[in-house]
Amino acid sequence: MALSGLTRCRKRSNKTPFLSSEPGSEPVAFPWLSASATAAEIVFDRATKRYPGRAQPAVTELSLTIPAGEICVLVGPSGGGKTTAMKMVNRLISITEGDIRIDGTSVRSLDLTELRRGIGYVIQQVGLFPHLSVGDNIGTVPKLLGWPKKRIRDRAVELLELVGLEAEDAKRYPGQLSGGQRQRVGLARALAANPPLMLMDEPFGAIDPITRERLQDEFLRLHRELRKTVIFVTHDIDEAIKMGDRIAILHQAGVLAQYDTPDEILAHPASEFVERFVGADRGLKRLSLRRVSDIELEPVTVVSSDTPRCSESTTLRDALSLMLTEGAHEVAVVNGGGEPVGVLSLQRVSDLLREQVPA
Amino acid sequence: MTPVLAGGGPVIPNFGKATGCIANDNSFFCTTWIREHWTDTLQPALIQHIWLTAIAVGIGFGIAFLCALAAHRFGWLAPPINAFTAFLYTVPSIALFQVLVPITGITVTTIEIGLVGYTLLVLFGNTLAGLRSVPPDVIEAARGMGLTRFQVLRRVELPLALPAIAAGIRIAVVTTISLATVAAYITPYGLGKPIFDGLQINYHTEYVISGLLAIALALVADGLLVLGQRALTPWRRAARA
Repeated sequence: MALSGLTRCRKRSNKTPFLSSEPGSEPVAFPWLSASATAAEIVFDRATKRYPGRAQPAVTELSLTIPAGEICVLVGPSGGGKTTAMKMVNRLISITEGDIRIDGTSVRSLDLTELRRGIGYVIQQVGLFPHLSVGDNIGTVPKLLGWPKKRIRDRAVELLELVGLEAEDAKRYPGQLSGGQRQRVGLARALAANPPLMLMDEPFGAIDPITRERLQDEFLRLHRELRKTVIFVTHDIDEAIKMGDRIAILHQAGVLAQYDTPDEILAHPASEFVERFVGADRGLKRLSLRRVSDIELEPVTVVSSDTPRCSESTTLRDALSLMLTEGAHEVAVVNGGGEPVGVLSLQRVSDLLREQVPA
Repeated sequence: MTPVLAGGGPVIPNFGKATGCIANDNSFFCTTWIREHWTDTLQPALIQHIWLTAIAVGIGFGIAFLCALAAHRFGWLAPPINAFTAFLYTVPSIALFQVLVPITGITVTTIEIGLVGYTLLVLFGNTLAGLRSVPPDVIEAARGMGLTRFQVLRRVELPLALPAIAAGIRIAVVTTISLATVAAYITPYGLGKPIFDGLQINYHTEYVISGLLAIALALVADGLLVLGQRALTPWRRAARA
């Protein structure tokens, strides 16, 4: 039980520094990781998964490199092998052929439990332990790693605040939380040992749209701070565009259809399949990648009180939608203090759309 | 021994001197008799009965638990084990005890073997059902975080199976307490002994009070188990609150 796990960890730490012993010395160095890294580079090298008795592989010779600290979204229709590809990283699914390397170390060469303890894992159904308090749930991996009790407690409180919950929530049980709160705890639990890599399997898929959007925004903010490498699986192309630094679109049988930044994929779909998958409104979707603060605005002249207003962080797509619904030709962009800083016209958006998407 | 309760004189063999209600009539609840025979008859029988039950459920749970772990790990084991425990459960109790006598004699062992056999069905079934009821996403999260198979069992599956296991133990304890009284037909031991004695000499108070003690024991044991289960599963009440 607990003891056997701990002694095994200690034994290993004789060979390689499994865990820096000084409390508070973050990040935790996992033996398969360069000591100072907070994020790891992931390389899929012709990774293939075949199930016996099935003609088609689930994942076919998947090769892609995820730079350290980026969010890579695996997206595709169901049966596209995106979850399979993700689970091959922490070897919940074994690799049949090819390899996956984390910072140059093959996942196949690592001890299974050690590998998994160094990877944050978030799933759609969250999978919180109903019999453990929120604090104990978050402390699961640190406890396996043999952290002192006080450090585990402090870490739980720190993470609860990071994901927008309160320190007192540590004492509650998962059954007492809402769906959104549970997924926050799931995120905190995955971050507990400060892993350089996170795997997220449709983490916001079972959450109502309003909460989902808030969680997405908060996760992006969190990611800007923490800069971990994230592999994020979703079937929702809009979520992929929003969350991904890069998007890998997987076709049937886990064939990689395109791997690029959201902007490139929307501007230059590599195939008819990708074009269909991203949707006919890909021009509009591209607008959602840019915020009004990213473009040069027209100077403020006279802003009538009828002119709709939006903040600088509004996406071009939302600004366009605002103009269309309000029947206005332009929208006034206001700063935090409510002062107009510029004007965005319908014509300008239309120009942008055309110059963005070459025929 | 033949019942010698003829009308007229209060002749009650083996009951010491006949005073009070013992001498006067054969009522169903003679407190004087209960008081006088608490220490020499009822209390020892009650303690024996507690031991009979505890040992039967203890051994039964040990066997059922190991079988359930094996069946949980190797699913193909579940149907044969289940069929065997169900078969044991269907054997009429008196017949089973009688069959065992030539092998193990008129001993407590005979009783225990029979009683253990009857606990297996519910203990095995509930333990396995409990282990299988753990949500798959919880197991997946646990494995994904690097818990070993044994750690998943010890820290996740068993605690979550506890309510089902406890429910099985409650049923096993209550049925064993009642069944153990029947076992005294073969081996005079436990609360069954004063029940059979009382029936044999047709002395009402003796079997009535012994039967009531068995019922009370079952209720108290069940209550204690409920309290124990609540103490061990604080998350269940918290979730409802």
